[in-house]
Amino acid sequence: MRSSTTAKFDIGENEYQPVNGLITRTRSFTGADKLFEIQLPDGEELGHQPGQFVQLLVPGVGEAPFSVTSSPTKPGPFELTIRAVGNVTRALHNMEPGDTVGIRGPYGSGFDPDVFEGEDILFIAGGIGLAPLRSMINYTLDERERFGELTTVYGCKEPAEQLYPDELEEWAEGDEMTYLETVDQCPQDQEWDGPTGVITSVIPEVDIDVETTNVLVCGPPVMYTFVLQELDEMGVPDENIYLSLERNMHCGRGLCGHCQINELYVCTDGPVFHYPVVRDKQEAEV
Amino acid sequence: MKVIDKPEFEALIDEKISSDRRDVVGVQDDGEKYVFDDLDSAGDLALEYDVTMLSPKKYLMPQRETILEYRDANGEFEWRAKAEPDGKVIVGIHPYDLVAIEQLDKIFIDTLRDEPYRRKRENSLLIGVNMQDASETAFAASMGTATTDSGYDLMLTDLGETYAVNIGTLEGKEFLNSADVRKATAGEVQEVERIEQEVVPDLFERELEFSPALLPTILEENYDNMAFWEDYSEKCLSCGTCNMVCPTCYCFSVDMIRDLGTNSGRESRRWDGCLLEDFASVAGDENFREEVAERHRHRFMRKGWYIYERYGDIACIGCGRCTSECVADVADPCDVYNKLYQEAQAHAQ
Repeated sequence: MRSSTTAKFDIGENEYQPVNGLITRTRSFTGADKLFEIQLPDGEELGHQPGQFVQLLVPGVGEAPFSVTSSPTKPGPFELTIRAVGNVTRALHNMEPGDTVGIRGPYGSGFDPDVFEGEDILFIAGGIGLAPLRSMINYTLDERERFGELTTVYGCKEPAEQLYPDELEEWAEGDEMTYLETVDQCPQDQEWDGPTGVITSVIPEVDIDVETTNVLVCGPPVMYTFVLQELDEMGVPDENIYLSLERNMHCGRGLCGHCQINELYVCTDGPVFHYPVVRDKQEAEV
Repeated sequence: MKVIDKPEFEALIDEKISSDRRDVVGVQDDGEKYVFDDLDSAGDLALEYDVTMLSPKKYLMPQRETILEYRDANGEFEWRAKAEPDGKVIVGIHPYDLVAIEQLDKIFIDTLRDEPYRRKRENSLLIGVNMQDASETAFAASMGTATTDSGYDLMLTDLGETYAVNIGTLEGKEFLNSADVRKATAGEVQEVERIEQEVVPDLFERELEFSPALLPTILEENYDNMAFWEDYSEKCLSCGTCNMVCPTCYCFSVDMIRDLGTNSGRESRRWDGCLLEDFASVAGDENFREEVAERHRHRFMRKGWYIYERYGDIACIGCGRCTSECVADVADPCDVYNKLYQEAQAHAQ
C-alpha cells in the first residue's frame, strides 16, 4: 500500500495549516448519514488515493478524521459521508452549501489500485464502512478494464440506513459488478424485498475464486472478527485480504498517539492494512 | 573544555537575563520541589538538585499551546497555523533530560516535522549540568542516561569554586564569548571524567538488573502476560500523572476553542496520555484500550519496544518522575522492568 503522509496541496511550512473547503452540495440519506461535497480553493483536486482520509475542522467546534468516499477518478470536489454521532459531526449536519470548513490532508495509506491491476476484487462493506470502500469501488468501475471480476457485498442494520441508494441500484442492475446486499432486519414501517440477516450470512453466496480474489473489508469494529472467520472458512488466504480500520486521529501524522494499534499508527501505517500486518496485533481486534 | 569561576558564571547568566531576547529559565527550589522556572537572578539557581517535578519538555512542547487561529472574514474562514519561535535559555538540565530532548528532536524535527516544536527547539539554548544528587526513584545510570556527550549547547560540571564547561555547539561557544573563561587543565579534565564515570553512577540507589538493550525483547515476550499487567495495574487510578511528568511522553489532544461572542477562535493542543481512560476511544462508544491493564501494557510497550522499533530509542530515561509523582504509588518502571526480567528468566529455566 502506498504511504502518503504529506499533504499534496501547498500548505506552506506548517502541517497544521488547513485550507478552506467550500461545501458545494449535501445530500441526506434516510438514516443519520449525510453526504458532503467539498470544493478546495481554486477548484484544486484533493489528489487522494482511495481509502485515504482528511482532517476536517468545523470552526469553533472541533476537528475529526473522515475517509474520502468519492473516487479520485471523479474530478472536481471530493465527497465525505458523515454520520452524526459527536459534536463535530452534529455541527456538520447543521451546515449547508455555501458554508466552509477547514481541510488538512489527504492523510494515511489507502488502497493502491495498481496492486489490484488485472485481479478480481470482492468488497465487503458493513454500515457506514461503505463510505471509504465506495472510493475504491467507484475507482474500479470507472477504470473497469483494468480489473477482473468485481463483487460487492453490503450489509447494514435496516433498509433506511442504506447509503447511496441510486448507486446501489446501478450496481445491482449493471453488468460490470456483482452486487449482493442484506439488512439485519426490516422494521415494519420500512420496505425491503432483499435478504435479511447479518452480512456473514450473505458472504458464502458470492461466486468468487477464493484463491485469487482480493477481499477489501470495511465496517464497524464488531464486524471484522466474524467476516474474517467466514472468509477463512471459505478458504480465502489471509494474504488476499485488506482491511480499512477506524480509530480516533487528532494529528493525522503519526504523532498524537490516539490511533495506535500496538506499534502501528492507523493515521500513517493505515487506515488500510494488509491483513497479515494486523492479524496478530491484539489491539486491532480483528 | 573551559573553566569558569562560579561568580563569573552567575554574572554571565544575570547578563543574559537582562540582555537576551529570550526568557532565561533554570532550576530553582520552590520550597517543596525543584522546578524549571523563569529566572529573576542567577542567584536563584539550584544546580545541586536531585530532579525537577517536570522536565524542560514543557518549554518545547508546552502543556497547552495554540497551534492554529481562525477568524471569519465575510463568510470565508481565515486559518493561520501558529508556531511561536519563543525559544528559551534553559539552565541546569540533567543529562537524562537532554537525552529525552534528543529523542523528541528525532521525532518532531528529523522524522515527522512538527513546526510548533521545531521553532521553539531551534531557538532554545540548552545548558546542561552533571548530576550532583539523584532522587531515590531514579535509575538513569542503568539506562545509560546519567551522563551524555551530546544534546547540549553547554554542559557544566561543578568543581567546587568553578564550573568545567563542555562546549557542544557554536551557539554555546558564542554564549560564553562575553565571559572570562580559561582553558581547563589536564587535571580538571580528568576530574570531570572521574565525576562522570565514578561519582555520578554512585548517586543512584536503584538499578536495572539487566542491560536496557534487552528491554525490547523482554517486553515483547511479556506482551501476553496479562496476569502480570493486571496485577501491576490493580491499584492504578488511571489519572495519567505518569504520562504527564514523563520527559519522553509526547501524545497530545487537539481542542477547538471559540472566543465567545465572536466568529473567531483557535485550536490548542494539550498533553494527553495513554493511561487516561478514553484515550483510545472512538465515536460510537468503542474503546480499544478499555481495561487499565491494557493501558499500562501499552505504555510500557510503547516506551521500551514500539518506539525502539520505530526510532531506535528506549523512551525511558530513568528519571523516576513517574514513580515519585504517582498518586496511587504504583508507577515504578525500574520495578516493572526487573520483574519482567525475572519472569523471563524463570520462563527460560
